[in-house]
This record gives sequence, structure tokens and C-alpha cells, in this order.
Amino acid sequence: MPRIMGVDIPNDKPVHVSLRYLYGIGPALAVQICQQCNVSLQKKARELSDEEIARISGLLDREFVVEGQLRRKVQQDIARLRDIGCYRGLRHRRGLPVRGQRTRTNARTRKGPRKTVAGKKGVKEMR
Amino acid sequence: MSRSLKKGPYVDGRLFNKVQKMGAKREPIKTWSRDCTIVPEFVGCTFLVHNGKQHTRVFVTEDMVGHKLGEFAPTRIFKGHSGGKKSQAASK
Repeated sequence: MPRIMGVDIPNDKPVHVSLRYLYGIGPALAVQICQQCNVSLQKKARELSDEEIARISGLLDREFVVEGQLRRKVQQDIARLRDIGCYRGLRHRRGLPVRGQRTRTNARTRKGPRKTVAGKKGVKEMR
Repeated sequence: MSRSLKKGPYVDGRLFNKVQKMGAKREPIKTWSRDCTIVPEFVGCTFLVHNGKQHTRVFVTEDMVGHKLGEFAPTRIFKGHSGGKKSQAASK
């Protein structure tokens, strides 16, 4: 299995599909990378030559932020929002939705599992 | 949706003039224009941004450039739900 950008080992799917196993590469970017590196979209990842792999990882190194670097960047961006004390930072601190969604209901992705409050209206009916 | 680049950032003209005129004195400026974008010229200034009730003190640092003044003066205060044990604990 070919290795691109250190740890990642995409399998025997078409190149543009296995590239998406890298954090930060989606469908559109994967196809774009293949085209820029002159790699046929039909080719399976295991059929890639060493030279083609070098070309792809070279391009990723030069022009794109992926994997650990990208993860770090996202964390830094959030930390910045927290530090300057703006509204978005406050929402991140409290673990609530950041982009103005409703929180009366839903918002479970940010808030995590429901914490049932005893004595609140509707609790008895739910049980 | 983001603002058209053609227009450039929205900056309250009067507030901008005030900052320019102030020069090195750096006194807090009372303002109601929460929708004014923070431009590099504002760095190091202190604003008293209205939150609907009071003026919140906002000291502008370099990181804040590009945000709006209102983002730093919350308009809602959540003191916790009634009856909860920890109701007062989480007020920040």
C-alpha cells in the first residue's frame, strides 16, 4: 500500500477516492490533485508508481495544508477566538453552537448527550 | 453570507475620525456602533461598547482586527436555570 504524507495508507480504491482518506482532502480536491499530477482517475492506488506518489506528496507538501498541520491550524483558530473573548469564542468555551443555531431544542452535537433535569416539565412523561 | 469585497469593511466614519484625532492620548471611547469593523488603526484603543444596557470595556488587540466591536460586548447574560444546584456556578 502506498504511503502519502507520512502515516496515511490508502488502499486499493481509485486514486481520487483513496486520497480522500487524508484529513483535509475531499472529493473536489482529490480530483483536482490527480489532474494536477497527471494521474489517471481510473488508476487504483496500488498501481501508483513511486514517481507518481512522489509527485502527489510533493504537491501536497507545497500547496495544501492537510493532516496534523491542518488539525493544529483548526485548533489554533479556535484558541484564538477563545483568547480574544469574542462572541464565537464564548460559544466555543461553553460548548454551544457557534453560528447562531437554536439551542432551545436540538444542538445535541455541540451539547452532547441530554442531561435530564429533575422536576422540569415533561420529564415524567418521557419516562 | 459575507460582505461584498467591492464595498470594503464597514467602519463607522465618526468613530474612525475620533480614533484618528485622539492620537496618542488613548482614552476610552464610548460608542454604540457595535456593527463597526475593527480596523488596524483601532489597535491599542479602548472602547466602551454599548451592550444594550451598559458600556462594556473593550481593549483592542491585534488579534481582534476584522471582527466587529459588538462581538466583544455580549448582549445576553445567562445566569443559569432556576432551581438548579449549580445555577450560579456557571455564569462565565
